[in-house]
Amino acid sequence: MENESIMKALWTVTDPEIPVLSIMDMGVVRQVDMENDLVVVSITPTYSGCPAMDTIGDDIKKALKEEGYQSRVKLVLAPAWTTDWITERGRKKLAEYGIAPPMEEAADKAALIDGERLVKCTHCGSTNTRMISQFGSTACKALFQCNECDEPFDYFKCLK
Amino acid sequence: MKDQSLYEYLLMLGDNSMILGHRLSELCGHGPSLETDIALTNISLDLFGQVRSYFQYAAELKGDEATEDSIAFLRFDRDYRNSIIVEQPNTDFAHVIVRQFLFDSYHVPLLEQLMHSEDETIAAIAAKSIKEAKYHLRFSSEWMKRLGDGTEESHQRTQAALNHLYPYLHELYHESPIEKEMKEQGIGADLSVVKDHSLATINEVIAEATLSIPESEPRMVRGKQGIHSEHMGFILSDLQFMQRAYPNMQW
Ligand SMILES: [Zn+2]
Repeated sequence: MENESIMKALWTVTDPEIPVLSIMDMGVVRQVDMENDLVVVSITPTYSGCPAMDTIGDDIKKALKEEGYQSRVKLVLAPAWTTDWITERGRKKLAEYGIAPPMEEAADKAALIDGERLVKCTHCGSTNTRMISQFGSTACKALFQCNECDEPFDYFKCLK
Repeated sequence: MKDQSLYEYLLMLGDNSMILGHRLSELCGHGPSLETDIALTNISLDLFGQVRSYFQYAAELKGDEATEDSIAFLRFDRDYRNSIIVEQPNTDFAHVIVRQFLFDSYHVPLLEQLMHSEDETIAAIAAKSIKEAKYHLRFSSEWMKRLGDGTEESHQRTQAALNHLYPYLHELYHESPIEKEMKEQGIGADLSVVKDHSLATINEVIAEATLSIPESEPRMVRGKQGIHSEHMGFILSDLQFMQRAYPNMQW
């Protein structure tokens, strides 16, 4: 379903934890349907307990209302969200915001378990970095520190 | 209720995650270091998220204006179906980690099976939750090794925690009548398979952590039937206080 004003409104909704990132770039919106005059937006949670989901639902309804649409937000669990659904643009935005974007699964494991130096520092670009904590400020992130510039930064963990 | 057994099975799945999540939430602001504090409360949050999915589904089955909140907060202790191991207190960091590790070793293979459940909703919840549970297991396994193979004191405390908690592990593997029925209907997990996987993980990590498996007998406890330890009343008074004092309150 490709109604331009609806899609435009959805693109303005951002993840409350990462305000530069649209939920469309995040891959959270799975489907948009019309039920008569009602817009039905299906979203999927990134993590089960993600407290941002309720806010995202409210923000979607608000954004659509501003475009003159009544809407309903449906939470779907399957198929489960994966970091593969974050768009290229989304990855770029994450990095600009100071969060290292998720790597593919094998590299992610090597960095998180075997301590290999693969995650790129968002401040200076060096891959000479180390993990400080497997869990960061939110469930989706791990905390890293750069050995070159000493700055800490978040890494968005691969979820498959 | 038509789906009484399925309803109770959902309580069993949800209650384990909820009570363990509650125990972990007690550490919020009290973790031994900032990183572990954040990690443990993140794990707690994942578990609560899973509980919400199970209980939203259970509320649908139950009807009668049941909600995820009424199921979570307004049952009596005998109606909770969690195993005793998740009620055990946060005695010290070693107990927190051993309890988590033993549960995670069971939780991952359990979800692996539930992903293929004939029940679509359970399969979807499991497919979502397993990604999180694998992170939890990774975290708790790493700490088992670090503590077990750490200093003399960390080793001794971790072994003590293992001696205390290990006998409770068996209840998780012990098939209750509801679990048997659900397995036979293709909805629930086969606990004998879960047990094999769980014990394989435990043996491997314990060996690497230079700890030893206690020889004590399994404890015959019946949390799944609603017979809880003395800790449960305290947990529930904490957990239920707001809903009892201010019925139907919302954040
Ligand atoms: Zn750097």
